[in-house]
Amino acid sequence: MLITAPTGAHPLADTAARFVWLVPLLPLAGFVINGLLSLLAAANPGPADPSAAGHGHHADGHGHGHDDAHGHDDPHHAARHRFAAVTSLVGPAVLLASFGLALAIFLAMRGVDMHAPYVQTLFSWMPTGDLHLDAAFQLDPLSMVMVLIITGVGSLIHIFSVGYMVDDPGYPRYFAYLNLFVFFMLVLVLGASYPVLFVGWEGVGLCSYLLIGFWFSDEANANAGKKAFIVNRIGDFGFLIAMFLMFSHFGALDFAGVAAGAEGLGLGNVIVTAICLFLFVGCTGKSAQIPLYTWLPDAMAGPTPVSALIHAATMVTAGVYLIARSATLFSLAPMAQLLVALVGGLTALFAATIGLKQWDIKKVLAYSTVSQLGYMFVGVGVGAYTAGVFHLMTHAFFKALLFLGSGSVIYAMHKAYHATHNHEDAQDMRNMGGLRAHMPVTFALMWIATLAIAGIPVFSGFFSKDEILASVFARAQHSTLADATLFGIPGTAVLFTVYVLGLCAALLTAIYMTRMMLYTFHGPNRTGEAERPHLAEAPWVMTGPLVVLGVLSLAGGWFNLPALVGFLGPVGTLEHWLEPVVGAAQLTVTHGEAAHLSHSTEYALIGAAIAIAITGILVARARCRPEALVAAKDAPVEKGIERVLLHKWFVDEGYQKAVVTPTVGVSRVVLWKGLDIGIIDGLFVNGSALLMRTLGWFGSQLQSGQVGTYAWVLVIGAVCLLSAFRIH
Amino acid sequence: MTAFLTSIGYNSWILPALLALPVVGAVLLWLHGAFVATATPEGGVARAPRTIALALFVAELVLSMGLWWSVDVNALAWQARFDMPWIPSWGIRFTLGLDGIAMMLILLTTWIMPLAVLGSWTSIRKQTHSYYALLLLLTTGMLGVFMALDLVLFYVMWEVMLIPMYLIVGVWGGERRLYAALKFFLYTMLGSLLMLVAILWIGMHNGAPDFSYDTALTAGRSATASLWLFGAFALAFAVKVPMFPFHTWLPDAHVEAPTAGSVVLAAIMLKMGTFGFVRFAIPLFPTAAMDERVRGLMIGLAVVGIVYGALVALVQPDFKKLVAYSSVSHLGFVMLGIFAMNVESMQGALMVTINHGVSTGALFLLIGMIYERRHSRLIADFGGIAKVTPIFAACLTVVSLSSIGVPGTNGFVGEFLVLLGAFKSAPTATVIAATSVIFAAAYLLWALQRIIYNPLTKPENEALTDLNWREIGLLVPLLAAIVWMGVYPKPVLAKTEAAATRLVQGVEAAMVARPSMRNR
Repeated sequence: MLITAPTGAHPLADTAARFVWLVPLLPLAGFVINGLLSLLAAANPGPADPSAAGHGHHADGHGHGHDDAHGHDDPHHAARHRFAAVTSLVGPAVLLASFGLALAIFLAMRGVDMHAPYVQTLFSWMPTGDLHLDAAFQLDPLSMVMVLIITGVGSLIHIFSVGYMVDDPGYPRYFAYLNLFVFFMLVLVLGASYPVLFVGWEGVGLCSYLLIGFWFSDEANANAGKKAFIVNRIGDFGFLIAMFLMFSHFGALDFAGVAAGAEGLGLGNVIVTAICLFLFVGCTGKSAQIPLYTWLPDAMAGPTPVSALIHAATMVTAGVYLIARSATLFSLAPMAQLLVALVGGLTALFAATIGLKQWDIKKVLAYSTVSQLGYMFVGVGVGAYTAGVFHLMTHAFFKALLFLGSGSVIYAMHKAYHATHNHEDAQDMRNMGGLRAHMPVTFALMWIATLAIAGIPVFSGFFSKDEILASVFARAQHSTLADATLFGIPGTAVLFTVYVLGLCAALLTAIYMTRMMLYTFHGPNRTGEAERPHLAEAPWVMTGPLVVLGVLSLAGGWFNLPALVGFLGPVGTLEHWLEPVVGAAQLTVTHGEAAHLSHSTEYALIGAAIAIAITGILVARARCRPEALVAAKDAPVEKGIERVLLHKWFVDEGYQKAVVTPTVGVSRVVLWKGLDIGIIDGLFVNGSALLMRTLGWFGSQLQSGQVGTYAWVLVIGAVCLLSAFRIH
Repeated sequence: MTAFLTSIGYNSWILPALLALPVVGAVLLWLHGAFVATATPEGGVARAPRTIALALFVAELVLSMGLWWSVDVNALAWQARFDMPWIPSWGIRFTLGLDGIAMMLILLTTWIMPLAVLGSWTSIRKQTHSYYALLLLLTTGMLGVFMALDLVLFYVMWEVMLIPMYLIVGVWGGERRLYAALKFFLYTMLGSLLMLVAILWIGMHNGAPDFSYDTALTAGRSATASLWLFGAFALAFAVKVPMFPFHTWLPDAHVEAPTAGSVVLAAIMLKMGTFGFVRFAIPLFPTAAMDERVRGLMIGLAVVGIVYGALVALVQPDFKKLVAYSSVSHLGFVMLGIFAMNVESMQGALMVTINHGVSTGALFLLIGMIYERRHSRLIADFGGIAKVTPIFAACLTVVSLSSIGVPGTNGFVGEFLVLLGAFKSAPTATVIAATSVIFAAAYLLWALQRIIYNPLTKPENEALTDLNWREIGLLVPLLAAIVWMGVYPKPVLAKTEAAATRLVQGVEAAMVARPSMRNR
């Protein structure tokens, strides 16, 4: 590989950072190894390996379609994959090695002035005409944070997966996809230009597609994967247009060139605004915001560790990263920023309402993720990029913990049902209850995560969520956003609306999370008499990662403590760390002054936030009575608003009726059968053939062989000719 | 490598040799069939013809590979030029020559053909001698089109490739093969007749009859004449591409053709059309091609083809037809890139040209493989077969991703460059065209799901066998190309950069020089 470092003078050039290309390459190697193992087993199915030939697969003949952990279905038939041991070693090892290298680079980066990013050019990618596009990686504080989250949380989830998936017949394939995902995710955050970022952006979408449909023999899973990919492509369309605009107006596609071009145009320029809006279209797809969020809840069809890694901690936050990465652009486009913040706020509240009524434990977490992503967009939308990234980080901790915890629960439920050959739904909370007694570690850890997401003080989510809401409040009064308008509405009004939306969503978050915990772990157990003795804590390879995430969820707030609680530790660590990347852009938004609220206002805001969180928990405690709940098979049908919420406001049905069915219908009836077969082929092509044949038939009729006919034709012809001459 | 090639005078004989070898091979194959071959057992496959054909095509590939080094793509002069009088009294010469674009297309052809033979290995069971002989003749015709620097020679080669393909579809095709073959033949023939008239007009307007390409390039013509001549050429090429609304022969021909026929049609013959625009219609008549109305019409038809092809592909019950309509969409990208007329879009168009050859060729090969096992191409007849044929499923997935244009595959590079360049000159059309990134994902992933995913419900599919080593072996080069050209397209782009730049600059210069436009 040709590696040149044009920024040879960069202080990082002689450190571990020069091996940054290895960070994504290691997972790629893992993908190659695991992928080959998977194909090798498929090419030579051994006699003792019925699974590789495709028999004894999961999901066969089992009614519970969206049920997870199918791999554990039939230990009697589905033998462990031949190469399971190698995969268990290679899969997590490449990630741990990546994480180790990332840590080394991080240590090297501390104390180095990072105002200029360290760019490593690997090779020239698409050089043609005016386009000089390199395959290049860029290290700066922002990408460093993302790399640490991806490889760190990723490593934990990979280890968890060993326990969760090892009995699945597609085990090496699973790790191949998972490794490939991490590779693309790292390309996404390390890319030094929008197109390289886009490679990662679409690549993670591809892996998401493959992993959602991992148990592809179930139509629902295959559908969910396809939906995720196509909906994401709608967003990617926007991303592409944004890149075309950059290239045609700035002649550049690398971050530095585009930022410089945008700065040349100045605040509120229509081109910059358009670029930002199109980029945000991409974000609504990848990060599941209104109106393109519908794929994410369906994505829960994938194995639960996938939901934790891809659909909570990393991939879905790519949109937030993209906006933070384009901070210079967005800070010059207040109108686009207002829209981002508003959509984020609306999504936060809307998804939270749906989370209130879901019975599937993973669906609750899915809508919670959509909602929390909304918060992050509020943060980056109002130009509080650090706050957005901070929430991205703490969310990666506590949401990964919640998903893996739910994975543990599903694993236990599934084992119990499996032991008794019961085909009940292992993910329906109505079949759970009282699991506290059976899985105390998971129980305790998930409560930590719940308190974190609800925003109870000292837990990580409290600090990050509070910082976002405080930023909105501050910028509503004094910022370029407050001065701008969105659809004629003053920015101040928009931002206060967003603030209220955020508070309401915080209340609902506390309610639905507490509800989930109550129904899952508290009250009496509803799993079944026969199953109860089989409920137990998962093995340590799964619980261990949970403990680490528990510590991070508890203490993650220390990465960026507010000045108000300076007595707890160092203040604003992340803020200082990211300053070289987003500092200038943040100052643009706040008119060049550091955004500060008075201490009394700040106390009032924090007090309100805490009160709301506690209210939410108390409301849930009062309203949700696990004792009164019955198992899913005996549950009554929901009515009224409950039904609307359970069916997610019928948005999916609406999209189906308004977009999918008409497109397919018009394509089939009008375009294909009507235009293609009917008009072009039928009328013109075959029609002209028919015309020729008809003319030929008339001609052939004249050649009748009857001399009398010929004589008459001759006479008529002669008369015609003669009269023609006479006229002349 | 270059020194060795120079020492054997490679450039002076390679082009006629590449044309002659398949013809000689075809004759030998026929002689073998007539005099040597013994009757094959009922239901068996004659081994000799396919082996001989494969050996010939591999020899052709090895011979042609020297071009990669011997051709100086940056040189202004035609490379590996070969010139001799052919019909002196009419001023017709046998002139061959290359630029970077033609070289890439020739390499694509010589590389695809052995794979097409391997794809026919067990599926062609009747009259195998004639079949492979026709494939060889077809190759000569196709290579001749890319090499010809004399207009009459070009026309002859253009028609030469028509007849073998007509026979391949008509004799070894599916149930409606005669209808499809005739439709293919008449469509193309009618399109090219006007081109012949135009060629004769050009050749006869030079004082002495002269059909050389270089003369035609420099001859002055009135704006009206240019417009008519462009129209005649453009029609022939538009049918071949095929551009909407001249595309309806393609689905029929693709569906009925045997696997190798579909592969050659998609991978190479459609490229004759786009190559025709790049080599003849545009450089010969730049002012006509870039006339506001003409250009608007061409870009409009290209965009309609992109979206229309994708939407119609969405609802096809037959997988081969789906791929055929997806070709209409992909070739629309090529046309958009060409008529957007800047270096990025032109390079993108050439990239799509090659990519489409690789990915669609691979798709047809894969369809052929599964058809041989299941005797059906209907999507509804499959479902869940990833379980029984995981390697087939993996290959189909990678190839589909390339066709969708997922970054990291070749498909992305081409589409991205086309759209990136075209946005500069035709933003609205480009935005509409870009919606096909959504539709392409929809039609291919939906088909993929119904074929390899979902529950395995049909008992006929449970016994399907996975790909054998021959099939894996013939797919590996295609898969490697998909990834290589996606990750590191620079070598390919570099080969066509100079020719594309020259074309764009030539057209720009002609537009500047156009008096009427300046005065208006």
